[in-house]
Parts: sequence; C-alpha cells; structure tokens
Amino acid sequence: MASRNDVATGPGPDTAEHADARIEISGLTKRFLTPAGEVFTALQGVSFTVEPGRFCAVVGPTGCGKSTTLSMVSGLDRPSEGSVKVGGREVDGITEGVSFMFQTDALLPWKTVLGNVLMGPVFRGTPKQQAQASARDWLRRVGLAGFEDRYPHQLSGGMRKRVAMAAALINEPKILIMDEPFGALDVQTKAIMSTELLSLWEQIRPSVIFITHDLDEAVALADQVVVMTSGPGSVKAVFDIDLPRPRGSVQEIRFQPRFIELQHRIWDTLREEVERAYALTAGGTE
Amino acid sequence: MSTTSTVSAAAVPDSGKGPAAAAAQRAARRRAARVWAGRIGLAVCVIGGWQAFTTWGIVDPFFFGQPSGIWQRLIELFQHGTQFGSFYQNIWTTIEEALAGFVVGALTGVVFGVALGQSRYLSDVLGPYIKMVNAIPRIVLGSIFIVAFGIGVTPKILLAAVLVFFIVFFNAFQGVREVDRNVLAHVRVLGASRTQITRHVIVPSALTWIIASLHSAFGFAIVGALVGEVLGAQSGLGLVIKTAQNNFDPNGVFATMLVIAVIVLGAEWLIGKLEHRLLSWRPPSPSETNAL
Repeated sequence: MASRNDVATGPGPDTAEHADARIEISGLTKRFLTPAGEVFTALQGVSFTVEPGRFCAVVGPTGCGKSTTLSMVSGLDRPSEGSVKVGGREVDGITEGVSFMFQTDALLPWKTVLGNVLMGPVFRGTPKQQAQASARDWLRRVGLAGFEDRYPHQLSGGMRKRVAMAAALINEPKILIMDEPFGALDVQTKAIMSTELLSLWEQIRPSVIFITHDLDEAVALADQVVVMTSGPGSVKAVFDIDLPRPRGSVQEIRFQPRFIELQHRIWDTLREEVERAYALTAGGTE
Repeated sequence: MSTTSTVSAAAVPDSGKGPAAAAAQRAARRRAARVWAGRIGLAVCVIGGWQAFTTWGIVDPFFFGQPSGIWQRLIELFQHGTQFGSFYQNIWTTIEEALAGFVVGALTGVVFGVALGQSRYLSDVLGPYIKMVNAIPRIVLGSIFIVAFGIGVTPKILLAAVLVFFIVFFNAFQGVREVDRNVLAHVRVLGASRTQITRHVIVPSALTWIIASLHSAFGFAIVGALVGEVLGAQSGLGLVIKTAQNNFDPNGVFATMLVIAVIVLGAEWLIGKLEHRLLSWRPPSPSETNAL
C-alpha cells in the first residue's frame, strides 16, 4: 500500500499509474523438457502489446500455449527466451499488481466466502478489519451479500465464479489475467457473468488479458482480439474491436451488425487454425 | 413395493405424501432393526459359543479363558487392584504414556511432513533414509530405549512417539504433495509469502490426510506404550498383562485387553470429534467415506 502511494506521489500521478499497466510481450518462447527427454516448444516468438486499461482477448485452438503465456505474464513461470514487460519493467517473480482468475476453481475450500475474498488484502499487509470491510464491499458488488459465511462447496458454479471475481478484483489490480474464467459455466450464466465483469472492469479499468475458446465472448468483451496458432503457439493476427463502450449487455451486443462483421472476419482467420489443430489431435489420439 | 405404495397413496388422497413417507420410514427402521439384530446375534454367538465350549470342556479354559471368568477378573481388578498399585493407577500410567507419545509423535510428524513435502531438496536427501528407518521393525527400538532411559515412562513415550511419527509423517508428506496446483498459483499471485502459503494453504489442505492418519495413530501409540511396559516397567497395563501371562491367567490378559479396547475407542471418538470440528468446511457425504 505504502509503496503504491509513493509511486502515485511521483511526477504526474495519473500517467505513472497508466504506464504501469502496459503489458509488452516480445519474442516470448517457452520450451519444456518432456518426460521422454525431448524438447517441446510450446510457444515460439509470441509478441503483442496490451495498452493500459485495454481489454485484450486471446483466442486460439486447444494447446496453442495461451495458458503458458499467461503464467509468464503473471510471473508464475519464466520464459525460455524473450521477455514480458509490465509497465516497462521486466517480469521476474510474481508481477506486482496482477490478479489471476483461473478456469477451474481456485478458491480455498476450507475458507468461507469472506475468508477467500479477504486473502488478497491480508497478504498485502492490510489490517484485518479494513480487509474485512473491503471484502464485504466487494461481495456486495458481485451480488453475494449475505453469503459471507458459506463455504465454496455450498455455492453454485456461478456463485463461486463471483467469489473468484471479488477475490481477483479486491486488490484493485492494474492487470487482470483471466484464463477461460467462465469456461465451465452454462451459456446463460456465462452471459450474465460476462456483463457483470464488464461493468466491474469499467469501475477500475485494469489492463486485461482474457483467454477464451468462445469467439463471441471475445468480441463482445474485448478491445483487441489476438488470434494464436498452435504447435508451437505464435500470434497469427491481432484485431481491433471498435464497438463502442460501455457495451451494456453482452447478449444484446451479439445482434449488432458491426459485431457480426468483426466476428466473421476473426473466425475466417481462426477457423484454419482450429481445423489444423483438430486434425492433429484427432490424428494423434487414433 | 412401489405399486403397493402408489395404491395406498391413491386410496387415501387427502393425506398426500403421508403414507409413502411413512412406508419409507418404516422400511428404514426395519433395516436398522435387522442390522442391530445381526450385530447382537453375532456377539451372542461368539461370546456364548466361547462360554459354552469352555464349560463343556471342548476348549480348555485354563489356556483360553472364559467370558464369565474374564468378567469376574475384571471386577476383581477394579476392586482389589494389582500387586503394583490400584488398577486405575495402572490404566492412567498407560494412557499418560500413550497420550504423551501420541502428541510428540504427531507434532513432529506434521512438522517434518510439511517441511519435507514443500522442499524438493530436503525430501530428495532424506527420502531414502526415512524409507530405511521405516523398514526397520521399530518396536525393537523399545529395548534400546529401556536400556538407555531405564524403566520409567520416558522409553514408553519415545516408543509410542516413534510409531506415531511415521504414520503421521507419511500422511502429512503426501497431503502436502497433493495440494491443488491451481490454488497454489492463485495464492501466490495474490502475493502470499512462503509462511502465508504454508499457513493458509498447505497445512489446511494436508489436514484432511493428517487427521485421517490420527485415527490409526492413536492405536499405535497404545501399542508402543504397552510393548514398552511389557519390556520393563513398574506400572502400567502392559505390566498387568505380563504378570497375568506369567501366572497362567488368560482371563487377566483378556480383561486388560478389554480395558485397552475401551480406551482406544474413547480416543477414536475424541479424534472423530476433532475431525468434525477442523474439517467442518468439507462437503458432507463423499469425502467422509474417503477419510475412513
């Protein structure tokens, strides 16, 4: 908290805060050693930039290294080559001011909803009382007031996602990383959650990298869509989404002509990759 | 079955679900009654058979005891005590030793298990040695402890602790290894320090395993204390058993055994309570069976 204030009181608080949130990924390459002793290249020369406060969706076929990219942006993993810079500083160790929302449940099952949400501030040294107040506030914002004392297993999938969302946003991150956060939800819940995510995002405006398989979701949410190729993963194309904001309901926006046009253009690029990846995996499993 | 219940429900439309629910309840009660009848029947068969065979002289009660004799002996023990003080005092000695050994063994087991589970280097270095020590029949260590520490309570506590340690250690170690990678990544990104990760994630996650191990661990603590007492002691149930053995008194051995069984069951019940308290966050049914 104190260090962040120090940064803010530096020259031009607003611009400093902003430049802090630029994500520059350049020449990112990641190789793994397989158990058989072979080198497997998951990512090859991935480069793209997310400007501060922009919402960037990454789409691509299964196994194209999207999640690997995210773990390197968050600092959970190190690149073999290339670099990730956040706010001009190269990532080594956990990136500061980053929040991560995972595809699977990452809530602690032995903590109550409130306990899960207040972890973020507590780990940053916020006094417990203050952390609790802010956790309650965030639970209210995601529509879970009154569920503070429940355990995660007592909630529905959608409610657990809301808890995860509150837990990710409570630290007011400058960067929000989401790995198919709504992948396991049913279509209706997913649409509702996406809409809520957008409205919460507009309140704090972190830079977002959002992985999804769902092109509709990508176009509806993002300012920028990165299409990746598979085997090894690299960037095929970057599209700008110029739909106006605030976008309101995610379900409504799907009927706008501009949405359909963009969705078509991106799908043309993506389809080839998906088919190629599918042929590979289908051939591989036979 | 289902046709009869629907027919009866149709015959009495006013009471709605009543008859069906009552029928289900009756079926459940009948099942419970059958289970209890089976249990009691089995006990009567075994104990009654034992009593009958020894009375008829098919089995010699001099070697194998007799239920009525065991009961008699039990009352004697409680009323007149043993040659080394009252029976209660002997019981208390054993409980004390087992309890102290249990606590020491469980605590060190958890500490080592959590430490080694988190450090790849430590577990690689110490792993083979721990396996080796685990392969040794540790009960024999009792002799060494008696030689080293005399016939007081210390060697019994140590023996119980050694037995408990390995059970708890392996479970804690495995529990730490099984921590959900996603949860770990989540907490790390939130900015948790190493100690915070241990406190908020590793230990609670391993607790399911640790508590499951405590159930069998207390049994082993008692075994450690008893064996220690049999090897050499001035008081304790192990000594009572050894004396009964030397006096060709199988009833005395069985009577003491019964008392020990009650102690272990009591401890088991307490650990069950503790488990319920600590693991109240768990969803009720499916994992409950895993813990057994």
